[in-house]
Amino acid sequence: MLDMTPKEVKERSALRINPCKTCQPVGAMYCALGVAKCMPHSHGSQGCCSYHRTVLSRHFKEPAIAASSSFTEGTSVFGGRSNINTSVKNIFDMYDPDIIAIHTTCLSETIGDDLNSYILDMDIPEGKKVIHCNTPSYSGSHVNGFTNMMLGFMNYLAKKSETPNGKTAIFPGWQNPGDERELKRMATLMGVPYIMFPDHTGVMDAPMTGSYEYYPEGGTSIEDIKSLGDCDSVLALGEITCTEPAEYMEKKFKVPYKLIPMPIGVAFTDAYLMALQMASKNEVPKQLEVERGQLVDLMLDSHQYTYQKKAAIFGDPDTVIGLTSICLEMGIIPKYVITGTPKEDFTRKIKSMLEQYNVTDCTVKANADLFELHQWIKNSPIDILIGTSYGKQIARAEDIPFVRAGFPVLDRYGGTLLPFVGYTGGIRFVEKVTSALMDRQDRDCTDEDFELVM
Amino acid sequence: MDDRTRLLDKYSARVYKNRKEHIISLEEDASNQSITANTRTIPGVMTARGCCYAGCKGVVVGPLKDVCIITHGPIGCGYYSWGTRRNKAKADEESGNKNFIPYCLSTDMQESDIVFGGEKKLEKAIEEAMDIFDPKCIMICSTCPIGLIGDDVQAVARRTEAKYGIKAIGYSCEGYKGVSQSSGHHIANNGLMKYIIGTGDKKPTAKYSVNILGEYNIGGDGWEQERILKRIGYDVVSVFTGDGSYETMKNAHLADLNLVMCHRSINYIAEMMQTKYGTDWLKVNFIGIGATCKSLRDMAKYFDDPELTKRTEEVIEDELAAIYDDLEYFKTKLKGKTAGIFVGGSRAHHYQMLLRDFGVETIVAGYEFAHRDDYEGREVIPTIKEDADNKNIETISVEADAALFKKKYSDEKLEELKKEMELDAYAGMIPDMKKGYVVVDDYNHFETEQIIKTMKPDIFFSGIKDKYAIQKDGVTSRQMHSYDYSGPYAGFKGAVQFGHDVTMSLYTNAWALVTPPWKKTPMLQGTLTGGEK
Repeated sequence: MLDMTPKEVKERSALRINPCKTCQPVGAMYCALGVAKCMPHSHGSQGCCSYHRTVLSRHFKEPAIAASSSFTEGTSVFGGRSNINTSVKNIFDMYDPDIIAIHTTCLSETIGDDLNSYILDMDIPEGKKVIHCNTPSYSGSHVNGFTNMMLGFMNYLAKKSETPNGKTAIFPGWQNPGDERELKRMATLMGVPYIMFPDHTGVMDAPMTGSYEYYPEGGTSIEDIKSLGDCDSVLALGEITCTEPAEYMEKKFKVPYKLIPMPIGVAFTDAYLMALQMASKNEVPKQLEVERGQLVDLMLDSHQYTYQKKAAIFGDPDTVIGLTSICLEMGIIPKYVITGTPKEDFTRKIKSMLEQYNVTDCTVKANADLFELHQWIKNSPIDILIGTSYGKQIARAEDIPFVRAGFPVLDRYGGTLLPFVGYTGGIRFVEKVTSALMDRQDRDCTDEDFELVM
Repeated sequence: MDDRTRLLDKYSARVYKNRKEHIISLEEDASNQSITANTRTIPGVMTARGCCYAGCKGVVVGPLKDVCIITHGPIGCGYYSWGTRRNKAKADEESGNKNFIPYCLSTDMQESDIVFGGEKKLEKAIEEAMDIFDPKCIMICSTCPIGLIGDDVQAVARRTEAKYGIKAIGYSCEGYKGVSQSSGHHIANNGLMKYIIGTGDKKPTAKYSVNILGEYNIGGDGWEQERILKRIGYDVVSVFTGDGSYETMKNAHLADLNLVMCHRSINYIAEMMQTKYGTDWLKVNFIGIGATCKSLRDMAKYFDDPELTKRTEEVIEDELAAIYDDLEYFKTKLKGKTAGIFVGGSRAHHYQMLLRDFGVETIVAGYEFAHRDDYEGREVIPTIKEDADNKNIETISVEADAALFKKKYSDEKLEELKKEMELDAYAGMIPDMKKGYVVVDDYNHFETEQIIKTMKPDIFFSGIKDKYAIQKDGVTSRQMHSYDYSGPYAGFKGAVQFGHDVTMSLYTNAWALVTPPWKKTPMLQGTLTGGEK
């Protein structure tokens, strides 16, 4: 496996090998799937839409609907106005969504299609909406596409009226429905009325009923997005993904925001609860305190199998920041921490966390790829690899225990239904990592060292 | 209302006008029925189609294991076509013990590259690839923006050859070209024909040698075919392109016969090799037990050697005996079921043959990216009208190679053979379907839903984008692009695996759990007052 990867690391400035990111549009598509009765639409060649739907279906094991403008060579020369007009008509006719959320592609961006003016001139049926955002594939990563689509919805829909709605806007960032469900449960337990945006619960983890619906029950409603401007405050999770949407809320609607990391691990989940408490002024209920205690108890019980084990963690920046935090809490040394997304804030944040735990000798890099991560591992090995399915090649090549987390996980089932966020998500993560390390010890030890009780 | 009418029933006049030409209900004699195919998708219909890049990089050249394929463009296209197609490959001596399949190489273009041009970055990327991997062949696959900003990937390829003394091919397979993946197949075929086939001189080792064209080794299909062919004694010179390599493709022109599996994606090479080298091509189908036996017997007939014929019959008999019990068992589970199939550039046809082996009839079938000849047979090719989208795809013309052209048989003998087999010919999918069955070209999500609701097939074979929607409707759904990570399905052993997998998916216990008991047992007695529900 990966036999062509040499140990010697050579500086590369042009060739990306085995990327740790993909392009903006898929993030926009995923974001839009978290809005009720919404049809995402890809304004470009068919292949983009096909690829994005495919990767989303492979990750969630769910249908991921989206339409395409189906550009041809002619469209690329004369512009995509006619294609988007036809698309919108057909989508409302055939699939009857409440809203179409258009994102661009590198093709429509390169030719300079002006979606703003196209949409202004469109015939949109009464009561229906069409919104858009720009997602040039040649800048940033899929994470930026997610952010841009959030901004797209807010630009077109969010308003401030005279009447506050008494709610907290929770921006979960790029999460699986299992995580979003857990975040909502905690907010409810804390007595915080909220609008979660976007919200994939019910949509990307739809139940089997024997009858397929284009729009399963779930997703943030258009009414809720409209009323974001009337929220008391914003609680934004994930400093890379959610900074811009949070700042937008403050700038446009004077809604103050609190920006915290994705709540993975004890400290970051504590921060989430404290922020919820600020909103509701309620005491933290016993149930959540118990869950916290269980997580810390588990970390203490199992610490001897995780203490100073070396990990490589890779994936999307906010997810990796969260995973690094919980690893540090478990006594693990995050030896290599990378994201493919080009964002220097990432390295700063990871480094400050490492400092806090007095951990040195770590390599942290944004805009990195899995080829160089693999080469680093060849030069100085690790005990466990944590990240998306694309890590499985490295894990096999170097025979390293591997825990899947983040997007995409293409080769396992059920993970998207369960959380990594919150104390319960933390318990799941600790259980997974500890078991992976212990399974390895069991596999590698001699018969006389093979322990029944561990 | 027949099935076709029901399928089209809910369309607006605008969409109806277009789609009615792509959907036909077969008559007793379908030879006069024609379908519209290989035309633009209507924007917004949620087509299953992909793009030109997907056809070139994803389908045809992607499986070449000893080639460094650099996707020139923003990161997405390279990322999505990385490790996702199950074209299995093993490093071996012929590939110089190299296998680049687990790698994704991309120029990851940034905004400044789009503004100022990406050729320099591409050349630097090639330099880095040479430095790290030292391949004998590099291919550059262009994504959408490349053609628009005017990067000349062909010129870069020529400069690469001059600088490093390796083979390099630049593909202008921008996603917007043509109307589907099909244009990418054609572009890929042209490059392989122009630059690789005919450049080697390693002669086949066995008395009879073949190439397998259009076999991508999904789930190990190609390996099962090679196993059978080698048992009979054939030398498989090269496979286009599953577990294939630059090194073996170079010698493809030295094989005696081309076997064509996927007609759509590779027929261009088959035809051009016939013109240039005189190599005949035989349309084979190794999907299905009857189909595999027929293909093997056709090959034996073509070579017309009693020893080979005897060996062919021995192998068939032995292989059939080995799978007999399994086959009979799965037949009892599957007989009488109905299916829908939407996949590939011949697969929707091929799999009907395999399903029929198990007593399953395919009542509705079609393709994403086929042309009329894949449905109706190659006789219709002269009557296909060119449109603007097709004209943009280069057609290369080749001439007989004075040194290498060699015809195996006289024209008379070939005419004889053609009466018995699909030699240099393909009759398409429709002749193997029955009256009342429905054929749908460039199917979309909406029509898939209609098919499931109105035609009610027991099992639906298509791709991942449909799979979970169909399954949520309570209908068994299996991916025929990826075989749901199983396989092989080709040949004799593959047929058993297929029977097993279909049986498994139809009968898995969880189907019985879909409706909760409280929905089946009325809480109050006597509430049913008639009506269907």
